[in-house]
Amino acid sequence: MTEILKTQGLSRYFGAVTAAEDINVTITQGEIVGVIGANGAGKTTFINMVTGYLPPSEGSIFFDGRPIKGLGPRKLMREGLARSFQIPQLFLELPVIDNLAIALSAAQNDHLQMLRPVRTTKRLAAADDILEQMGITQYRDEMVTAMPQGARKLLDIAIAMLGNPKMLLLDEPTSGVSMEEKHALMDTVMEIVKRRSLTVLFVEHDMEIVQKYVTRVMAFASGVVIKDGPVEEVLADEQVQTLVTGKRRHTSTATEQGDV
Amino acid sequence: MSLQKSEALMIAAAVAIGLVGLMSPNWLVFTTTLAVAKALVVLGVVMLMRSGLVSFGQGLFFCIGGYAVGMGGRFWGIQDALLLILLGVLASTALAMILGLLLTRYREIFFAMLTMAFSMILFGVLVKSHNLGSTDGFSVVQWSLLGWVPESGMGVFWLALVLGLLVALFLNRFFQSSIGLACEAIRENEVRVEYMGISRRQVLYINYVLAAAIGAIGGSLTALAAGHVDPEMAYWTISGEFVFIALLGGTGHVAAAFIAAMLFALVRTYAVEFMPHTWQMILGIVLLLIILFLPKGIWSLFTRHRRAAP
Repeated sequence: MTEILKTQGLSRYFGAVTAAEDINVTITQGEIVGVIGANGAGKTTFINMVTGYLPPSEGSIFFDGRPIKGLGPRKLMREGLARSFQIPQLFLELPVIDNLAIALSAAQNDHLQMLRPVRTTKRLAAADDILEQMGITQYRDEMVTAMPQGARKLLDIAIAMLGNPKMLLLDEPTSGVSMEEKHALMDTVMEIVKRRSLTVLFVEHDMEIVQKYVTRVMAFASGVVIKDGPVEEVLADEQVQTLVTGKRRHTSTATEQGDV
Repeated sequence: MSLQKSEALMIAAAVAIGLVGLMSPNWLVFTTTLAVAKALVVLGVVMLMRSGLVSFGQGLFFCIGGYAVGMGGRFWGIQDALLLILLGVLASTALAMILGLLLTRYREIFFAMLTMAFSMILFGVLVKSHNLGSTDGFSVVQWSLLGWVPESGMGVFWLALVLGLLVALFLNRFFQSSIGLACEAIRENEVRVEYMGISRRQVLYINYVLAAAIGAIGGSLTALAAGHVDPEMAYWTISGEFVFIALLGGTGHVAAAFIAAMLFALVRTYAVEFMPHTWQMILGIVLLLIILFLPKGIWSLFTRHRRAAP
């Protein structure tokens, strides 16, 4: 399989604080990788470095065989690396359809057009198609502020996918979404991902979601990758259970209580 | 490109204003001309406001447009109004292309203060320029329009109406275009804009330069109508006036700037007439009422009505 993302010795320091250290990862095309870790483990820092939001202190990043360290979000998006955010980054005071229309015009490299309306028939049809795929057609003409969190997440991910990316990085796609909506949201996203054969790396706290949708997991703790491998193997690891999922701590606490 | 309903209405309104102008007293024709000229500068402020930036220095381009008309006639013998306006537009555009490189890096109060600073620098330079009449400024020489020399204020009135209409029609399309909506997107969320692959600086730069060019047309028309230019055109209170009118009208539609500019001109004219020593207080009260009851400007009256309709 072809390598699509590779990081070597990737680190980020904030003064004396180490947010991420010596991250060496290789992701191949078509993989769906989960990133897990407790709060402050370095997951989002890793995503932010890869997507050009945060410059790394050390190390290098290669995307599709080309070095991308130092490239900003705009250039990375053009390279085919897209992302969604933990807190959806949308145009809140604009209608949903306009959010998509702007994204489509940018994806078509038509965003500097001064006289042709952004809402062309073709573009509106494409936007409607996306809304339908995402199952959020009912919000078409509403302001984003009128959407519930789950629908906002879907719109955020839909916008990220508009530029026909090769790889998608999703930062906690189900955070803030109700238990009932989580699986429906992930089903919708994963269906499109599989149809387009996209490579996906997503940060997730819900282990049920991780087990259901990914084949490989990277576990972060204190800024380093403590385990990287198949999902069952990583989740069964003693260190991961202690530092990330908390299973071992709960088990031992229960045992101690039982003993008493 | 077919004509939109709002564009047809704007053309009809311009024709109606033109016809009313034929029957109106000179003072009203003059006031309307100046209001249209000011509205053009205000549209520049509105363009910036739609992208989340407030300029307290649009007087810079207003002044350059005015002085280009004055200097073009006086020093270079240019008499044709259209050439004089073009000179102002070119000068403003050239300066905005330089200043824009710096200003598009800044946001919020920093942008506002920097725009004001540049405007005040021009004011300072003009005040010290004795060749340009220092604080008194100088008179604009007699101008012509494609060989016709207007004898009354009607010439510049018609010119202002035509140019105002053309700019309004252009901006109406601009606001609905990809770049126009990208400006609003930048106001809403710059991070997402960059992750869409749009250069926010490029969009803001184009927007800033266009706003400057349009502001210069307003300044040129003011100079042609008033027959005089002085450094006050670049003074910060004039720029503040443009922001005032922009708030009064709102950013909802191109026409709002023209309605607000006319309303402002009339309120000020009558306030000065009836309360010569405290007229600024009247303007202040009007602005307060607008902010309290119509925070999105006068234009929200029309959109509110439309929303309320079944």
